[in-house]
Amino acid sequence: MGKKILLANDHIEGIRFLDTYRKNGGYTALEKALKSMTPEQIVEEVKTSGLRGRGGAGFPTGMKWSFLAKPEGVPRYVVCNADESEPGTFKDRYLMERIPHLLIEGMILSSFALGAKTSYIYIRGEYFYVARIVEQAIEEAYAAGLLGKNILNSGFDLDLYVQIGAGAYICGEETALLESLEGKRGNPRIKPPFPAIAGLYGCPTVVNNVETIAAVVPIVNEGGAAYAAVGIGNSKGTKLISASGHINKPGVYEIELGVPVEEFIYSDEYCGGIRNGKKLKAVVAGGSSVPILPTELILNTAAGEPRLMSYESLADGGFATGTMLGSGGFIVMDEDTSIVKNLYTFARFYHHESCGQCSPCREGTGWMEKILHKILHGHGTLADVDLLWDIQSKIEGKTICPLGEAAAWPVAAAIRHFRKEFEDFIRNGEHVNDVKHYYRLNNLTAPIN
Amino acid sequence: MAKVTIDGIEIEVPDGTTILQAARMIGGDIVPPAMCYYSKLKTSGGYCRTCLVKVSKGSEKDPRPMPKPVASCRTTVMDGMEVLNITSPEVLEARAGVVEMLLLNHPLDCPVCDQAGECHLQDLAYEHGKAETRYEFPRREFEKIDIGEKIQLHMTRCIMCFRCVKVAEQITDGRVHGVINRGDAAEISTYIEQAIDNDFSGNVIDVCPVGALTDKTFRFKSRVWYTKPVDAHRDCPTCTGKVRLWYKGDDVARVTARKDTYGEAEEWICNSCRFDHKKTSDWVIEGPTKVDRHSVISSNHYENLRMLKASIDRQRESLPHGDKVNLGTGALDPNNEEK
Repeated sequence: MGKKILLANDHIEGIRFLDTYRKNGGYTALEKALKSMTPEQIVEEVKTSGLRGRGGAGFPTGMKWSFLAKPEGVPRYVVCNADESEPGTFKDRYLMERIPHLLIEGMILSSFALGAKTSYIYIRGEYFYVARIVEQAIEEAYAAGLLGKNILNSGFDLDLYVQIGAGAYICGEETALLESLEGKRGNPRIKPPFPAIAGLYGCPTVVNNVETIAAVVPIVNEGGAAYAAVGIGNSKGTKLISASGHINKPGVYEIELGVPVEEFIYSDEYCGGIRNGKKLKAVVAGGSSVPILPTELILNTAAGEPRLMSYESLADGGFATGTMLGSGGFIVMDEDTSIVKNLYTFARFYHHESCGQCSPCREGTGWMEKILHKILHGHGTLADVDLLWDIQSKIEGKTICPLGEAAAWPVAAAIRHFRKEFEDFIRNGEHVNDVKHYYRLNNLTAPIN
Repeated sequence: MAKVTIDGIEIEVPDGTTILQAARMIGGDIVPPAMCYYSKLKTSGGYCRTCLVKVSKGSEKDPRPMPKPVASCRTTVMDGMEVLNITSPEVLEARAGVVEMLLLNHPLDCPVCDQAGECHLQDLAYEHGKAETRYEFPRREFEKIDIGEKIQLHMTRCIMCFRCVKVAEQITDGRVHGVINRGDAAEISTYIEQAIDNDFSGNVIDVCPVGALTDKTFRFKSRVWYTKPVDAHRDCPTCTGKVRLWYKGDDVARVTARKDTYGEAEEWICNSCRFDHKKTSDWVIEGPTKVDRHSVISSNHYENLRMLKASIDRQRESLPHGDKVNLGTGALDPNNEEK
């Protein structure tokens, strides 16, 4: 059994509520921090812990915090990114609906460490009921004097607000999130300036993922060094993985970073193997936008070493033979899965979610979807595969925000590793009937064109 | 001051200058094209991605190259920065890609578009685009919308440069103009097709790089290359009154702002000057405008056609019964369209 840090108390009945949470060691980190630590010490502890952003990019949190500009007389903000919209990722939802006080305690600690007097939790519109749960928890915390003026008689004031988004994938990008939070259209801003210099309302802002902020609580409680003792290499601590797809036990698992991928998929402690005794075909390891990897490359690196669930090991080999840990949306596909159909689903998603600001993403995502749609309907040609490859290379790295890359990477990886399947799909007519079936099943109406 | 090298040419520019501005100070071929950046509009730029350049050296202090191509219109120079534009095949490739994307949903209705001849997208496609498209799906289409009595919005042609949105935000008062919908369904819109009732709203026509926003008083009146530009001014109570008149014969066909080398209005003009003063007697004529770059109005790209016609004519004359063979060169005559 791996060590659990965030979900250690997950099994306790009623941990959602303040009294049970406090009975089980909740808010002790806050008391410790407010009574015996300075904000700088907390930042130091976070740096020592080696905690990296859990939203997908994996940027060291302590470093991000130390970039925060601190001009006199200007408010600073801490914003929690709970706009968890990466397909295949549902860990933040789980954390917020099970242990909302962990997030709130983390928010108070982070705000104290960074000197914010007002903080926001931006929750995606589809998580309406989760927002209700968090709001209830915030009310409880206000009533207990854990939020508001003079928290625990320390003289530290904090107001915490929940803001619900309107349901756009793009609002998970930090600057688009800030725009949306300001009440504007959720378009990503052009960087620089980065949010650490000019973020929410033009003030210095730190935007962190739910899981990152929750991890601050155990770091303060047990010290950064204790947190850093867990994990492997530069991947410290634990990570919540949202496992889905053709596995026996889909769900949210907290793993110690460094668990072998093979163990994660096949052991009964985690995914419990492939459903119906089928063979593994491919894995998308970190949410839909990271490159898909076939069995031989996900279980072992190109050099033949076993691949581990860590930032470094999954990225081993670059995009040629590796992938990314991303947000931890672990999607497993068995041997019956069609990569072409899967890619179409992803491409349709990115087309739908592109904000329309910059030309390569606005036009390119739609183009890729249309070509995949055409292939899926049996009208594809072999040249279309090369065209898809070319289009994705014209999008990647040419856009304002990472949505362009998120749309391009899955296409690139699917073609890189499964080109033969695309070609077979295009050559073989019998797939066409199958597609009609697929459309009926999914209640999709007529083709786009 | 910061020293920056663009394609091997060094220039010293004030701090805070963008790469694009620095390149414009140098001038010539190395200036990246810009479809959405407009120096007179704050926060414009960064959207179209045609001005992408490669930064091969970040600065004197931090010489690391930037990992991705950057939008030169929104990236400020650092001391010692080295930038590659036309000397980098990677940049040219990326730019060709962007041009292809911009043309993807753009209709090929140049023969009936009023902007043809002074269209930045035409120039861009001519310089960086390919002759054929690889896009085989229907293009997006919208109904034409009248924004007030004098301006028409034809979203089908729009490339989403956001310039008109910035004009509406920054030059006119009260924000009545913005973007609705998302992704490739996004469109420029006013609030329920409301008229923009503002003295300076006509400037959205001038900033539009394509034929999406057109002057209804000039629509289908003439191809721009049959009109002659003349600089003129008048004593206007609202604006500076410095305009450009476009004559067709003895009539003023339309009035626009004066535009510089990069197609940007030098001074905003008011709607009264633009739409209501179309008589020579309204204006003090300063003299003919020198026409260059973004224009087919002077000798230009169509010159090739003249040469082709001359060559075909020569061959026809050398034929034994040349005068009886119709080679159909009339279509190549650039002046033939309105005869």
